[in-house]
Formats: sequence, C-alpha cells, structure tokens
Amino acid sequence: MNRLDARLAQLRAQNRAGLVCYFMAGDPDFDASRTLLAGLGAAGADVIELGLPFSDPVADGPTIQKAHLRARAAGQTTARTLALVAALRETDATTPVVLMGYLNPALQYGVQNFFAEAAASGADAALLLDLPVEHAAPFRAAARSSGLHLIAMTAPTSDDARLAEILRGVSGFVYHATINGTTGAARCSPAEVSTAIARVRRHTTLPVAAGFGIREPAQARDLAEQADLVVIGSQLVETLAQGGASAALESVYGFARALRGAAQSVRAPCARGSRP
Amino acid sequence: MTMTNSPRQAREPDAAGLFGRFGGAYMPETLMPALRELREELAKADADAAFHARRRQILADYVGRPSPLFPAETLTKELGGAQIFLKREDLNHTGAHKINNCVGQILLAERMGKRRVIAETGAGQHGVATATVCALFGLRCVIYMGAADMARQAPNVARMRLLGAEIRAVQSGAATLKDAMNEALRDWITHVEDSYYLLGTGAGPHPYPTMVRDFQRIIGEETREQVFARCGRLPDALVACVGGGSNAIGLFHPFLAEPSVRCYGVEAGGFGLASGKHAACLSGGRPGVLHGNYTYLLQDEDGQILDAHSVSAGLDYPGVGPEHAQLRESGRVTYATVDDDEALAAFHWLARSQGILPALESAHALAFARRLAPTMTPDEILVVNLSGRGDKDLDTVLQHKGDAA
Repeated sequence: MNRLDARLAQLRAQNRAGLVCYFMAGDPDFDASRTLLAGLGAAGADVIELGLPFSDPVADGPTIQKAHLRARAAGQTTARTLALVAALRETDATTPVVLMGYLNPALQYGVQNFFAEAAASGADAALLLDLPVEHAAPFRAAARSSGLHLIAMTAPTSDDARLAEILRGVSGFVYHATINGTTGAARCSPAEVSTAIARVRRHTTLPVAAGFGIREPAQARDLAEQADLVVIGSQLVETLAQGGASAALESVYGFARALRGAAQSVRAPCARGSRP
Repeated sequence: MTMTNSPRQAREPDAAGLFGRFGGAYMPETLMPALRELREELAKADADAAFHARRRQILADYVGRPSPLFPAETLTKELGGAQIFLKREDLNHTGAHKINNCVGQILLAERMGKRRVIAETGAGQHGVATATVCALFGLRCVIYMGAADMARQAPNVARMRLLGAEIRAVQSGAATLKDAMNEALRDWITHVEDSYYLLGTGAGPHPYPTMVRDFQRIIGEETREQVFARCGRLPDALVACVGGGSNAIGLFHPFLAEPSVRCYGVEAGGFGLASGKHAACLSGGRPGVLHGNYTYLLQDEDGQILDAHSVSAGLDYPGVGPEHAQLRESGRVTYATVDDDEALAAFHWLARSQGILPALESAHALAFARRLAPTMTPDEILVVNLSGRGDKDLDTVLQHKGDAA
C-alpha cells in the first residue's frame, strides 16, 4: 500500500471527497516550486498532481501551456522533477504525488527507469495523457513492478464498451475528464458530469476523480457530490502565476474548505457505504 | 511481368496501427473514440465501389489527373547518366500533391456528416487544398498556421482566405508546422463531436498514416503505368522529398514489392546536419512519440521536441511518418539529406533548364537527383516527384538570390 492507497482509504473512512491540486513541476523555478509543494499538504491538498514539463502539450489549454514554458525556461527536466518529489518527501511524508505528463519524456528517460526512479523519489502514481489503453499494457506492468499506479483516464466520448476496456485491471483511481477540451477550458456541466461519472462507476469500484474545467470552490463542492476526488489545475496555476505561492496556497485552502463543508452538509454516510 | 500494382495489404500496419514498432495511436482518450469512428468509416468507404468511383471522378475532372510524366531531356543531357522523368504533381489543381489526400478525406467527412473541417498547414499547400475541397463541398473550414509560416508563405494565406477559410495564426513555439498541428489537435479535442480533422501528411495517429498513404498512392500507380507505357518496364530509381512524407510514400508504395526499384527519400538538411538546424529526423533524430505516433523525431536528451529548420516551410517539421521510419529500419528505402543552399540551387537549375519553378520542398528531391543521375547509366530510368510548384516560394527565393544561383 503506497501513500495514495492510504490516502484514498482515509478519505473513504472520513466519508469526504478529496482535493487534488495540480501544479507544474519547476514553475516558476525549482526552488519556488519546492517551497510551494511543501505547503500544499497543510493548506488542504489531499493529493498533489505534479505536471511534467513538455514542449508539445496538446491536451493543455493556454494557462498550463504557459506553465510548461516557464518551467522549461527555468531548466526543469524529468530528472529534476523526480528530484523535486524527493525534496518534498523531506518535509511531507504522507501527501501522495501523482506525476502527470506526456509520454515522450518518460520514454526517453527509459520506461523502467522512469517508474523505478519515480517510486524511489517518493511518487505514488503517474498519469500519461497521450497513453491510451491500446498501448498501456507494458507501461502498466512497468509501473506496477515499481509499486506505482498508472492512472487511467476517461472522457465524455468514452462509451461503455471502451470504458470496460479502459477500466479492466486499473488501480489507484480513475481520472474522468469532465469536458471534451483542453485543461482549463470551458466550465463543465453538472448534469452531464453526473451521468458520465455514473457510467464510469458501472465499470469500476475504484474512486473517481473529476477534472478539467473546475474553477470555483462552489463548483468543486457540487462536483464532490458525484466524484470521490476533485482536481483543480488551471485555476491554481493561474493564481500562482498572478499572485505567487501565498495566493496559490490561499486558493488551495479555499477549495479544501469547500470540499470539507460538502462532506458534512451534503453527503449522508450510507450513500458512500454502498460502494466498496 | 505484370502491370498489377503491388497489393497494399502486404504492408498494412497491425490493428494498433503499428508498422513494426513505429506508428500507433498515442492520443488523449477524448480523441480515441473519434479515431475508431474514422477507422470504421474508412473501412466501409474502402469496401464501397461508389466511394472510389466518385473519388476517381473528382481527381480526373477537378484535380486534372493523371498528372503528366515529363521527360526532362535537358537535365538528362546535362547530367549524362540516367534518363530523368518528372512526375508533375505541381500541375494538379492547387499546385501540389496535397489535393489527392484532401479529395479522399473530404468524401469521408461528408459520409460522416461532419460540417466543420480543421487542418494544420506548413507551406500552406495543404491548407489551400483543404480550403479548396471545403469550398467545393460547402463545409466550414478552419486552418491553423504558424505565424512564421504565414509570413513566408503569404500568397497561400491570401488564397485560403479567398476560398472562404478561416486562418488562425499560431504563435507558440517556433510558430511553424509543429505548433500549428498542436493547435489543430487542441481544436479537435474541443470540437470532436462535430469536426473532422483533415490531417495533411502521412504522420499522426492511426489511421491517418495509412489513409493518407492510400489516397496518395495514385502518384505511384500512375507513375508505374506511365513509365511502362513509355519504356515498357519499371523505373530503376524513385526520388521524393520527405517532410511528413506523404508525397514520397505515395510514389514509393506501389513499388515497394519490386526489389529492382530503388527508392530515395530526401529530408531537409537546413544549414547542415552538423549545425543542428535541420529537419532531417531519419538522419539526425531518435525515435519517440509526438502527435500520436512513435517515429523518428528531433528531440533533446530529456525528450523535449526541438524546432526543425528548413528554407522550405513544408519540410519544416521535427517528425516523419511512421511508415518511413519502418522503411528506413528495414533498409527498403534509402534516406538522404539536402541542405537549404543545394535545394535553392536546384530551384534555379530547373527554372532555367526546363522552364519549371518547383516548390522548395520538391527542389530538395531534384537536388538529390542531380547527385544520383550521374552515378547511373543512360539505359536506367530515374523518376523525381515534382510534388508542388514554386509560385508560393518566390519571396523566399528572391531573398536568397545571390547566395544560391
């Protein structure tokens, strides 16, 4: 059981949705990124999603594209991102880290090396945006042999047949992209997300994270009625870019408070108990 | 000997779209169902005689096919080696081979009921061809083009606008073809339900490399018939430029099962391989994943994609179609490079000696043929694919005049 499994079990026991906070590794530079990450757990992030910078991030909207550029301009590489995780572990031994990025930097690092060194650095899972189920098997095996989860992704366009295929044998949690679009694009529609998450749950007992297009605490609170984890990305990255680390941590705290409120006021304990 | 073209089934990728270890469909999940839908529709269309009949009809009546095979006697005489023939794709409507693929794909878009078409373009030839077929079929057209390419290919930008297309300038990265493709893919991710992505080269995720190749095979099929009609045999050598590689794979493919036919793909050497400023992925790159396929790429140690450089906007791309990657590894096709200066010199050479202004892309193939022909004998036949015409490149050529002529 790695830190992610422990955190998911804890959230289930506390009967609340978890807050996943995305930041780009090395944005705006290594030292600032290190300081920010060290504060995330205390500010209320249940899971840290750490972006791996890439030159051609086709699934990202303008906000996160700029973060890729800032991090690369400051010299961030895959090796330095793993060093950043190791640095985080000096002060935070429990908040799980999910590495999120694109396939090519991991490929060039060497797939086995990438997962093994990610695990050794203190990461708990990885999500590669351009690795669909058709090509995932060898990567999943490599991740598993290092004790890492390879997180599967679903989209509004995934039909039942595809969901069954994607969700066979996956671990950790499932990341559902709530909209057809790039990160930070349009606001998702609660009704559509509700239907889509219900569909995902027919194919898995794993926790479901909802991400893409979530910008405000109230919206996050509404989504927490459907999803087990709520991912905030572009909004935090933008806040960091505009207002620095203290503004970003304040924003994390705002989302965390909204989600914990949701757990107390909205969710009846039995509703959660019906799912494994 | 038989005149039947070699069966294309002999070189199909596997179910995941892999040619050996190259190719595949490495895309975000949002697009994977759309790629499956495209594969299914393509299979249906391929089995539908009416689809092929309509495609052939448009290629004949609208594009002007077959394109001529021109015996370039002055070149032959000057070089004193092989007999040189030029496959005149530059004489197609819109001035390049790109329209062959666009006709096929627009028929698919129509079958799929899509009303909006997205495309990326580098030199603007694929953008013009896409805007053209969209005008013909009454579909909305959005073209992504790097801002740097818009500046160096201004006539094509104007043509696309006149054809009713919306041009979106892409500022990110080096503002060339790679960046235009990133932005086109983002558009597709966002509008996947109602939009058709009309990819212009034999790269990208499965099934694009196979589909684009099959729509471009007509170049090689006609060449085979034309050479046979004129000379009663197969050609000995084929030369084509390779950016993404669609004109080259279209020419080579019907000959791949003929061991006597040597195939040469010519990549853009830019300022020279040693300078690091080039677009020669097969000669100076390493395998990796970009834009949905595993292929040779220009990249750094960390797997970050590098900006390509070529005087020719259409070759200025840091990747190459996966079937070329496989053909390089198998050794069936030989890949070479031609630098900017040598390509510019070939442009002037063809203009003065045969009265044809070639596209700078095609000038790379000509420049290589200029080296190859003297090593061959006068009874041998060398076909160069003149993939496009050079009108769009006049500004670039005039700027370099003096350095190269």
